[in-house]
Amino acid sequence: MLETNKSIPKKDFVLSIEGLTVSFDGFKAVNDLSLYVEEQEIRVIIGPNGAGKTTVLDLICGRTKATEGSIKFKGKELTKLNEHQIVHAGVGRKFQNPSIYEDLTVFENLELSYPRGRNVWGALTFRRDAEVVAKVKEIADMIFLGDKLDMNADLLSHGQKQWLEIGMLLIQDPELLMLDEPVAGMSVSERKQTAELLQRITKDRSVLVIEHDMQFVADIADRVTVLHQGQVLSEGSMERVQSDPKVIEVYLGH
Amino acid sequence: MTKIQAFIGRYQLSHLLILAALLLVVMPLAMDIFRLNLVGKYLTYAFVAVGLVLCWGYGGILSLGQGVFFGLGGYCMAMFLKLEASSPEQTAIQSTPGIPDFMDWNQLTALPWFWEPFHSFGFTLLAVILIPALFAFIIAVAMFKRRVGGVYFAIITQAIAAILTILIIGQQGYTGGVNGITDLRTLHGWDIRTDSAKYILYFINAFLLIGCLFAARYIIKSKLGRLLVAMREREDRVRFSGYDVSSFKIFIYCIAAVFSAIGGAMFTLQVGFMSPSFVGIVPSIEMVIFCAVGGRLSILGAVYGTLLVNWAKTSFSESFPELWLFAMGALFIGVVMAFPNGLAGLYQTYVEPRLQRFKKSSDPALASDMDALKTAEIKPNKTKDTESAAEEYSHAGNQ
Amino acid sequence: MFADYSITELTSIFAMQGFAGLILFSVFVLMALGLAIIFGQMGVINMAHGEFMILGAYVTYLTSSLFAEYLPSVYGSYFFIAMIFAFIVTAALGALVEWSIIRHLYKRPLDTLLATWGLSLILQQLYRTVFGAREVGVTLPDWLMGSYALSDSIEIPINGLFVMGLTIFITVGVALMMQKSRLGKQTRAVVQNRPMAAAVGINTEKVDRMTFALGCGIAGIAGSAFTMIGSTGPTSGQLYIVDTFLVVVFGGASSLIGTVASAFTISQAQSTMEFFLSGSTAKVLTLLTVVGILMLRPQGLFSLKIRR
Repeated sequence: MLETNKSIPKKDFVLSIEGLTVSFDGFKAVNDLSLYVEEQEIRVIIGPNGAGKTTVLDLICGRTKATEGSIKFKGKELTKLNEHQIVHAGVGRKFQNPSIYEDLTVFENLELSYPRGRNVWGALTFRRDAEVVAKVKEIADMIFLGDKLDMNADLLSHGQKQWLEIGMLLIQDPELLMLDEPVAGMSVSERKQTAELLQRITKDRSVLVIEHDMQFVADIADRVTVLHQGQVLSEGSMERVQSDPKVIEVYLGH
Repeated sequence: MTKIQAFIGRYQLSHLLILAALLLVVMPLAMDIFRLNLVGKYLTYAFVAVGLVLCWGYGGILSLGQGVFFGLGGYCMAMFLKLEASSPEQTAIQSTPGIPDFMDWNQLTALPWFWEPFHSFGFTLLAVILIPALFAFIIAVAMFKRRVGGVYFAIITQAIAAILTILIIGQQGYTGGVNGITDLRTLHGWDIRTDSAKYILYFINAFLLIGCLFAARYIIKSKLGRLLVAMREREDRVRFSGYDVSSFKIFIYCIAAVFSAIGGAMFTLQVGFMSPSFVGIVPSIEMVIFCAVGGRLSILGAVYGTLLVNWAKTSFSESFPELWLFAMGALFIGVVMAFPNGLAGLYQTYVEPRLQRFKKSSDPALASDMDALKTAEIKPNKTKDTESAAEEYSHAGNQ
Repeated sequence: MFADYSITELTSIFAMQGFAGLILFSVFVLMALGLAIIFGQMGVINMAHGEFMILGAYVTYLTSSLFAEYLPSVYGSYFFIAMIFAFIVTAALGALVEWSIIRHLYKRPLDTLLATWGLSLILQQLYRTVFGAREVGVTLPDWLMGSYALSDSIEIPINGLFVMGLTIFITVGVALMMQKSRLGKQTRAVVQNRPMAAAVGINTEKVDRMTFALGCGIAGIAGSAFTMIGSTGPTSGQLYIVDTFLVVVFGGASSLIGTVASAFTISQAQSTMEFFLSGSTAKVLTLLTVVGILMLRPQGLFSLKIRR
């Protein structure tokens, strides 16, 4: 892990957000925010409710349009792209509540996320060939659902649904994975497994996580960014952030 | 297995073939030409209903303006037939011979420019498909690219149906007004009013419908079909899996429009006229109920539903005309509240389990086949090309 | 198209057509108010709204007949009684419909649309059976007859003026009620956060029913007013339903000001064009413009930017 965030990293930034602002009827949910994520970094965003954490993810993945500022991903400006173009660029997003297709089986959930046949013609002519099956199986094993491929997704436990959604992102092999509270509602053992999973999948990509569970954050984070009222309050290693008087003030001061 | 999934798996080829046999063999043998022609007319509405299964049942897009496309298809065909019926010799008594009679009545002295290309049958056939498709495309792009859906889309399509009706009625001289385009006689000299022509047209119609059913079945069974179901439940997830959601909606809406237009054109040919009363709000929403009665997720159900409702309508209107609106109203409320999956849902819950039990007990050898069939149903996307791959995966799953 | 008219004629035409537009505007507003409450606040599409309005018109017609029969001396005041009756009857039917149909379908708005369409068919046939297929009209009391001459060429009919006054009165009343009254506040609370509203002790089912009944009741009053300017037939309601939905959607669905503004725009555009073009062309152009604008700006004229 990095000791401080002040040292200028040699690696390129995968994601650089600069001067990002979004206002809803004058209320600035995100206010002049700047944030840089390196390659293969696990960055955790924490902050009190209403700090703008989810909005930042919404802005990156194109769900909300920015009022001002820029989001550059591998040198590509994301603020002008549509959601699906952002996904094609290599950004994957997991929602806060597990968002999976409950009417379909685990296999079909993963298959639909397989990055082939993404336009109308492709979808009409898509065939389930050996390559697809192999990839689905590989991902299913990775997310601990290898023996549940035929199960309907609505029969999975809450934690398994969260994994399935992570799997649906992994099958697309994104370079930036964004997870909104991935361990919310999980049991202790599921949390441990998820932490392992994240450590494993981050080997070749960057991960941006929103999380409230401080133990989990300490387990996975390379660096932590604290948001407050749409702005960065503090940034650095977990220890550094935890001892930052401004953070203590915000979390415990009132 | 949840309901929707079960429905996707329902499109057994055998069910489709039974319907085909019913339409192509049983009905022509059992009915005189008058009744058969009536069935043929009903079947033209079934094109619309099948399209609605795709865009409403699967895509979640309720269009209350499918009559627009039915009408466009029908009017294109009617314009061609009308021009043929308005040759200078046949219209010699008019003050301007050679133009359709209603134009003459409305003091038009020349054929309007947009009627000219309809002298050509080839152009007409293209227009029947392309004009509605283009129109649907424009509406769909404008609406779906801006994420307008649900009730807003329903209202807008209804308004479009209203606009087109008012336009057709208002522009009598160009469209034939409220009476529509009537008195159509021949197609390339072939009299479409004779019994033999009616037989032939019935079969063409039935073949086209079965063709549309196969196309619809292919779409539903493809990945696109599953994406539509997925979109209806979790549009954002589909979007954030890298799909341009609007393009799928545009596609399915255009397909539904083209189906409707084919139905409209066949209506004109079989019934011999086209009028604004098949374009507006009331017919459009009635076509939705045909689809709902059959089961909004079943393309075959839509055909049966259309036949059933229209048969009921005809028999009611003959004996108790004033009761029909009550019955129709009750049908809307009843289907929506008590049987949202329509006839197909009833068949699936009550008839099919018995059928299978019966088959099993009567023929033990068949039982294993039935089980195989069942697994095939659960994996709807299993097509011939992928069978080996899918098999491999299911073996691996069993280990 | 203006060439054939002199300036003064044009002024008169615009004034008269403007006033005709104002009457259309009144009908739109009254019908749209009820719809805006039901659709804007509850997200329910009530395709039978036009039939609720016609019910109000028939109730008014019946009341006027009763007055003519039994109380001819006070015939001049029948309208106010009729309006109250119309409100009560339609609101009661609204509550019944909400209880029996709508509440089962809150999660399926498209199905609500179909079910209420079915209801509208039943009501239409019911009216036809009870009142006959022919249109019925009320006899206006003396004080509503005639017109008020503003200048030589501009005459304003008094019944039209009355309907407009009534519209303003009801609109302000509804706006005040949604803003200030307990029901209005509860409705808005339920719209914004149903579970929370339930948690703080609001009976959300009752609020739904009251809101729906209120919307229908206002339609009944609209029907009452409608008898002042036109006759009533079983299918009169259906003629207005699409226009009214467009008014509500065009205005931005949840905003009453938007509803009024869009009703004004649409009715004025239509009636002014009507004089110069044929009625159907005017209507086609108006509707096309509205649909076109809605395609470009689906959220309507007035709407807030909110976080989805």
